[in-house]
Amino acid sequence: MNKPEIKLIGENGLRTDGRRLDELRPIKMEVGVLDKADGSAYIEHGKNRIIAAVYGPREAHPKHIALADRAVIKCRYHMAPFSVEERKSPAPSRRELELSKVIRESLETSVMSEAYPRTSIDIFIEILQSDGGSRCAGITAASLALADAGIPLKEIVAGCAVCKIDGKIALDPSDIEDKQGDADLPIAYMSKSGLITLLQMDGSLTEDEFNQGLDIGIAACKKINEIQIEALKRKYISVKEQAEERHESQEAAA
Amino acid sequence: MSVTPQLPPIGKIEQRGVVDLLAKERRIDERKLTDYRELKIETGLVQKANGSAMVHLGKTKVMTGIKVELGQPFPDTPNQGVLTVNAELVPFASPTFEPGPPSETAIELARVVDRGIRESKTIALDALCVAPGKKVVIVFVDVYVLDHDGNLIDASAISALAALLTSKMKRYEMEGEEVRTSDELVPLPVQNEPVAVTTAKIDGHMILDPCLEEELVMSSRLTVTTGRDGNICAMQKGSLGTFTDQEIRQAVKTAIEKGKEIRETIRGATAGR
Repeated sequence: MNKPEIKLIGENGLRTDGRRLDELRPIKMEVGVLDKADGSAYIEHGKNRIIAAVYGPREAHPKHIALADRAVIKCRYHMAPFSVEERKSPAPSRRELELSKVIRESLETSVMSEAYPRTSIDIFIEILQSDGGSRCAGITAASLALADAGIPLKEIVAGCAVCKIDGKIALDPSDIEDKQGDADLPIAYMSKSGLITLLQMDGSLTEDEFNQGLDIGIAACKKINEIQIEALKRKYISVKEQAEERHESQEAAA
Repeated sequence: MSVTPQLPPIGKIEQRGVVDLLAKERRIDERKLTDYRELKIETGLVQKANGSAMVHLGKTKVMTGIKVELGQPFPDTPNQGVLTVNAELVPFASPTFEPGPPSETAIELARVVDRGIRESKTIALDALCVAPGKKVVIVFVDVYVLDHDGNLIDASAISALAALLTSKMKRYEMEGEEVRTSDELVPLPVQNEPVAVTTAKIDGHMILDPCLEEELVMSSRLTVTTGRDGNICAMQKGSLGTFTDQEIRQAVKTAIEKGKEIRETIRGATAGR
């Protein structure tokens, strides 16, 4: 690659956005952001802006894809044309097709799909603005959307990437670190069972660097999982409050 | 949309057979857990291609053909040649393959092979620039799956590397405004040898080079591609199911060791060609 030699780690040991090597970007999540979908979630992870939505369990379409013993999971990871520096064609690229597959596999592990045979659970992930680690943030949001849709899950899945910049392993790459770094290692993880549900890598890492990256990636997924749980709780509390208000107003009317 | 695939049915007895044997650290074809099936590599079968390699990994058959053409660079890399990897799951290779646009399996296969070659800088793309911003050499790597008896990723990566190592191309040079091609053939600028090693997890057991029956039973797989220096250049977890971090570390270690062996076999089959 024709890398303009920008130092990704400064003299003070901090990265271009002022983070330490093991520091996450700011993360915000909100559950239940759409009206029509059965479940939805919005995430801001660094400059990533992503909405994930879930429909189902609903009738499988086309019918022949249905499975007799469990629900099929459909998944679409898609980037908006305006989500990147140069306009991206809205037609799904090979990258998006591959990511749709690995994200589906990553989330499907967590879904108790045996509970809904012959149906389909459809997951849609729209990247409104893309930054480093969009597939991981997409998984984080989609897992929340599944929970919001009331689909029984073994566990919530959280995702985070690790990179290698200026020869050092660093957590949660930003766009520039992703593009100019020496390696990218996206991970998705279920914190309670300690199981990895997505793992990809490209670039160059020694075995030791990989092991170090896996450690900090898993630690980060655990932190992100806590933020997910908080976001879900907020949604449940707001639903509870609405229900109480309605109850009170009905009583007042009576 | 990616959809949960309908797996071809595998009999309960066959399934039990695979799992029960593994409990005794044995496999249905008498291999050890980390043994590969017999690997045979033939090169130069297709003379009209710049290079080709047919790989037999047990009963799995994959052929790769290399075509080299002159074309335009990508705007963001005006000084570099272009590498494209594509994979065809030929309809006769399996009763489950159908003609039509590439399936997600084919796309994943191509992209995992691509990442191994690209990220290990196997092809010196800088050396494939003819006229900056105008003319560069394009290397097409077309992977052709001919018979699917499991472990397509490893077989495809081996055949792609063997084909690249034995490819010859014309020399392209600028003469004023024109591109001059010489009839003299030179090898492709290959500077690394990435080898993909896939570990399959079946009922908690980790095995290498799963055959089709084993793939139908496996819960998940992890491909680790390593280069000459033993560094990891690409990884891909696939299929439903999960790994613990310990299992992944073990798979990485095994892939680095096994990669060396396979690299030697590929060198043996391609040396002097």
